[in-house]
Amino acid sequence: MRHKVAGYKLGRTTSHRRSFFRNAVTSLIMEERIETTVPKAKALRPVAEKMITLGKQGDLAARRQAASYLMTKESVVKLFDTIGPRFGDRQGGYLRIVRSGWRKGDGAEKAFIELLGSEQVQEEKKQKRAEARAKRAAETKKAMEEAEAQQQAAKASEGGESKDE
Amino acid sequence: MPNPKRRHSQKRTATRRAHDALKGRSLSECPNCHERKLPHRACPKCGYYKGREVLDIKEAS
Repeated sequence: MRHKVAGYKLGRTTSHRRSFFRNAVTSLIMEERIETTVPKAKALRPVAEKMITLGKQGDLAARRQAASYLMTKESVVKLFDTIGPRFGDRQGGYLRIVRSGWRKGDGAEKAFIELLGSEQVQEEKKQKRAEARAKRAAETKKAMEEAEAQQQAAKASEGGESKDE
Repeated sequence: MPNPKRRHSQKRTATRRAHDALKGRSLSECPNCHERKLPHRACPKCGYYKGREVLDIKEAS
């Protein structure tokens, strides 16, 4: 009896669910780590692992099968060229789900799901984010200083006018 | 309609509620920063889980 093993419905219609899975797996392959709710991450796991298995097979039929599911060509290329070979010696269990706290708006428990061995990619991304943040901060600081200088200039000219009167 | 015949005493109410107390969450200790955290979750304080697995935690500035 295979009672109660129907999987996750996620409150979506079949087509909506299929779209969600396709989008999410494509993102996961491109980004190596994505953040969602715990049920979505758990529902995503078997779908994503099947894709990686296709990536490991590496033949043309597998490639076409993956291309018919994934949303972008780049993701297929990445799946077969970098991710497939990376998991060559592993029999499944390519993903890690870590619970990471609660969403503010509705209290849903969030988790990130990531490919194993993506630590280096994550570090690089973190570095990039930090650089972008530093750049933004510098720009804001510059803008603020300029605004302050303008204000002071305006004040000075105002003071001069009042003296004239 | 059936109705209660007698008034409940305060003791009767209190006795019934003796088993209604809530229990606190069971917490574990973060091996990295030694804060108390929920088990099986990344530490919200330092972002560590199983040795690394860093979430981006903003330093207090």
